[in-house]
This record gives sequence, structure tokens and C-alpha cells, in this order.
Amino acid sequence: MTAVRRFEHGSRVPGWDAAVDLEKDPAEIPDAATVEVPQELRAEIESHLANYPDRHSAALPALMAAQRVHGWCSPEAIEEVACVMRVTPAYLDSVATFYDMLETEPVGRHSVYVCTNISCSLCGADELLEAMQRAAEEAPDGEREFNVRAFECLGACDIAPMASVDGVYVGPLTTADVPQLLDDARAGRPVLPEKQLARRLVADPRANSREFPPHPAEHDRGAV
Amino acid sequence: MATSASRMLLLADIDEPGLCTLDVYERRGGYQALRKALQTSPEEVLEQLKASGIRGRGGAGFAMGTKVSFLPKGGMDKYLVCNADESEPGTFKDRELMQKNPHSLIEGIAIASYAAGTGRAFIYIRGEYVLQADILDGALREARAAGYVGENVLDSGHSVSLIVHRGAGAYICGEETGLLDSLEGKRGNPRLKPPFPAIQGLYQGPTLINNVETLTTVPSIMAMGGEEYAKLGVETSTGTKVVSVSGHVQRPGNYEIELGTPSREIIYDLAGGPPDGRQVKCWFPGGSSSPVLKAEDLDVPYDFNSMAQAGSMLGSGAIIVADDSTPILDVAMKVAKFYRHESCGKCTPCREGTNWTVKMLERIDEGEATPMDLDIMASVQEHIIGNCLCVLGDAMAMPIGSMIAKFREEFEAHIDAARMRRGLNGYAASEEALAAQGVFDA
Repeated sequence: MTAVRRFEHGSRVPGWDAAVDLEKDPAEIPDAATVEVPQELRAEIESHLANYPDRHSAALPALMAAQRVHGWCSPEAIEEVACVMRVTPAYLDSVATFYDMLETEPVGRHSVYVCTNISCSLCGADELLEAMQRAAEEAPDGEREFNVRAFECLGACDIAPMASVDGVYVGPLTTADVPQLLDDARAGRPVLPEKQLARRLVADPRANSREFPPHPAEHDRGAV
Repeated sequence: MATSASRMLLLADIDEPGLCTLDVYERRGGYQALRKALQTSPEEVLEQLKASGIRGRGGAGFAMGTKVSFLPKGGMDKYLVCNADESEPGTFKDRELMQKNPHSLIEGIAIASYAAGTGRAFIYIRGEYVLQADILDGALREARAAGYVGENVLDSGHSVSLIVHRGAGAYICGEETGLLDSLEGKRGNPRLKPPFPAIQGLYQGPTLINNVETLTTVPSIMAMGGEEYAKLGVETSTGTKVVSVSGHVQRPGNYEIELGTPSREIIYDLAGGPPDGRQVKCWFPGGSSSPVLKAEDLDVPYDFNSMAQAGSMLGSGAIIVADDSTPILDVAMKVAKFYRHESCGKCTPCREGTNWTVKMLERIDEGEATPMDLDIMASVQEHIIGNCLCVLGDAMAMPIGSMIAKFREEFEAHIDAARMRRGLNGYAASEEALAAQGVFDA
């Protein structure tokens, strides 16, 4: 049975047994005069706010932007977003705790999501995940560098088993690809270029062994 | 021959280099359907959609034309939301369409918003699809600059603003009301229906929600005419469908088929069937939420009604094949764990039912279960179905229920074997004794 991670006090919730100050009022919308928000982050959040009739709709893109700056949805990140969006930190906490891609604890720099849903696991994703986790643990400074985790279906069952490395889909992977994948991610190089989903043709069995069409993002950049 | 028919409307030129740019798309006749639609009245466009008989490609299979006509007339703020959350396990058709042919989706949205009279449109794309969202954003900039979306589209007087909204990883946000809550910046909890989104949806306004594939098909319908489109497929399921085939097949990938094609042709002729020497054990015809079918059901035509008659559903059009080397318990465990993780926790039957199903499956694996546990598990599934705000719980209950019904003997053998391993059932069996019984490999 998979053991549930528990804290010393027996609860799954951090700080469960810490004393709560019942006299304290809940945190209000942060004061714009006292919170320092990085200029670029503020600009990005404001551009998202302009997209919607209701400012609350910008919560997800704003939190993602703050996570890119801070590495996770830290109390500081939440406070900065709350300050620009003019909402309470508790509201943003409620959103951040719901979504898998928003991290509520500090994590490694490079996200490696290994899909372990049914199609991928039929093709050996569980062994891949294990190998990936072991390699990340053994790598120097692995905990700070990598955030390896199992992820629900990433919508790329045609390249199963696969992983999303900092948002880039690669597959089909074998355990032999793991060291190269982690090295590429750490160095900031394109991850396993010959296995990137972006270059795969529709339903082509030889897609990963033939000459690749150019990366679609290159077209995009050329045109705009 | 099915192979040549495997690329008809949506996947016809899908691998054309640069199709995701406006240049190439226009050169191939792109945005002509929008021009054609804008020359007629919104009512006529709606008539074409109704005549086409196209049913929603996201999972529920509701007729799109009817859905559009549910939107009230009048000058209130109306919204169109494209559901690009595509989180049903096994489904990856929308990813392919958005990545390679984003302009077709944008054109479809422009036409649909004209027919429905919606002034604001959103594409809610799952956060994991970074590349696809970037491509959509790029295509949208081009389309805006060319005047295909925005104020006064092509001087027709019709205006529609379009925004790509990125999610952040939650299966439940593919459910239409969960998606709306998420788009409003909340936790993605489903809402009580009715009122349906067509009456009261995004920001309390009437909202049309359609899947990527449905909207991507709209330009083809306008170009060829609704009645012509309805000639494709079978009477109750018109048109073509992109099917994502994955799991134990030799050529996994997206294939476009005419609805009504025998499932065997899709799995064997197009996707190559299971690896040599193996047989199909069970397959999901419409993503992991659909009840499993066995090898004897391979001749069922692949369309909405035939699948329903066979006791399953077409769902999102994702075929997942498991061959005879796969223990059914593993399949059940993966499915149950997924839904346990993704349950939003709002309704008790789903939150508790998914959790206890996983625990019971683990009991089976650890040799603590008896065959009676299967009956309890089956009754848990029955009590989930129809008792929640959305169908996430049903989506686990239906496949698990069907697995217990169709593979009961294998579950019982697994229970026996696991108990023997633990030395229960009165004696401690050696590995050799177990192998001799042929229950599992020692």
C-alpha cells in the first residue's frame, strides 16, 4: 500500500498542531504602498487582467507568472499577486492548492512530469518513473535541480511512455534515455531533440527515426 | 480502403509544413468559409450546422446545432468557450489539431460566434500544452492583424474577441461547469445543472461550450454545406471523427475515420493491432471513462449509437487497447487511482467512492480480500452513478463496474492467488504449487 506521508504529530496537514491566534483578523488585500512587486511581474499580471471582464479570471495566469519568478507559490509570490490583482491572499491560496501545476511547496528547478496514466503505464511508464526518480536523487544537487513527479495523462499517448520536461514533451522514452534527459534539462539545452513530440508526424510509425520537419514554433516566430 | 479514408477533412493536410501560419493556411483556402458565412445571416449559418447533424466531439455527443439554438436571443453579453482541456486519458486529438492547424480552430470559433451571437470567446487550454498554447497565441495574433477576429470582422458588423486562457492541471476542468468556474478564476468545482451553461454560464451569461474538434470541423461544414457533410458517416452519427489509438498497438496515433467504421478496422488496419503474438484482451472505446469492451466486440461499428448499444460509449474517441499480457487488476487500479486523484471532493459519493474503490483493489492485491469484496465494490460503483453534480464519479464507476462484470473470474483468481501467497486459505502454498495451478507466474 502506498504510505501516506505524515508529519510527526500524525496529521497530513503541515502545522496542524500549531497554535492558532484566534484573535487575529484574516489577511486583507495587501497594501500596494508596502508590497514590492517586480516590475515585469506586475506588467504581466496587469496584461492578463485586461483580458477579462472580471479580474478574478486572471488568477491562474497570474499565479503561473509568479511561480515562474519565485519557483513556487511562496507566501511572497501570493502576496505580490494579491497586491496587483486586489484580492485577498486566502483567495489565491484556495486556487493554488487546487491545481497540480501550481506548487505549494518549494520544488526543484526543472520540472519533469512523467505520465503514468493507463496508456503510458501499459507501455512501461512505471519503470521509467522509478528510473527517473532514482537518477534525479543520485544526481549531484538533484533535489534542488529536479522536480520529478508522476503526472496524470498528459495527452500524448501516441508517444507513450513520455515525459514533459519544463513543458517540452518527449517520448517514447526508455530507461536508457534518462541520464541524457536530465543532463539536457540541467544544462538548459533542448531536451532529447530527436524525441520531441513537436516533430512527430500524425500516426507515423517512423516519425522518430526519419528526417524531422522543422519545429512548428520556428514557423510561428518567422511569421509574427 | 480504410487507410486511404483515414485522412479526410481534419487531418487531410495536417502535416503540411507551416500549416500553422496564416500564409499557408490562406493559400490552402483558409478563412474562405468564414467569408462565406458572413455573407449569409446568422440564422442560415445555424441552419447549416443543424443540417450537418454534427454531434459534440468532447464526450457527451450532444448535437451542436441544437446546443447553439438553446442560447437566448437578445442583446445580453453572451460567451463562447472552446474546451481545449483535453484531459481524458487516452485522448490526444485536440493537441494534434491545435498544434498543426490552429487557424482552422480560430476560423471555426469566428463562424460559431457569428451563428450564436457571442461577442466574447475564450479557448480554455490545459496548462500542460505549452507548445500548443504558444502556437495558438501566435496564430491568434496573425488572425487579429488580418481582421478575422476582433472588432467588426471583415466589415460584416460582427465583433468577437478571442483570448487563449491556460489552465494549470486539473482533469475536472474539462467538465463544462468546472471549466467555467476555473475560467472565472476559482477552484474548478462543477456546478449544479440546471441552469445549463447555455442559459447561465460564464459570468452568469448564456454560454456556448464546444470541444476543439467540433469547432475545427465547422469551417469544413460551411465550405461543403451542412447536407453534404451529413452524407458522411451514418444517419445518427454524421461526419468524420479523429480517433486517438494508444496502448498495446503497433502504430499508436490519431486517425480520422468516417463514423460507423468497424472498430476492428481502426485497431487492426490503421493502428496495426497488438504486438505480434498477442491478442486484444480488453479495450476502452472512448477514453478511460468508458466501460471496457472485449475482443468479441471488435466488430461493433464505431459511432455514437452502436457503441451505446454495445454497452459502452464513444466518449472523446480515444481507443485504449490492452493485450492479453496485462492483468485486469492493473488496468482497474490505474483507472481508479486516476479518478481518486482528480475527484474535486465536492460530492460525497465520488470523493469517498473513488477512494474506497482504490483501497479495495489494494486489498485484492495484498491478499486480504475475499470474492465478497467484488460484490461490495460493484455496489459502490452503482451508488456513485447518477448521484453527483458531474460525471467524474460515473467515469470511474462505469469502467470499474464493467471490468468486475466482464472479468470476474480473473479477479477471483487473483484474490485466490494473493490469499494463497499470504498463507491464508488454510495452507501456505509454495511458488511451485501456485505455478502448477496456472494461477499466475511464480
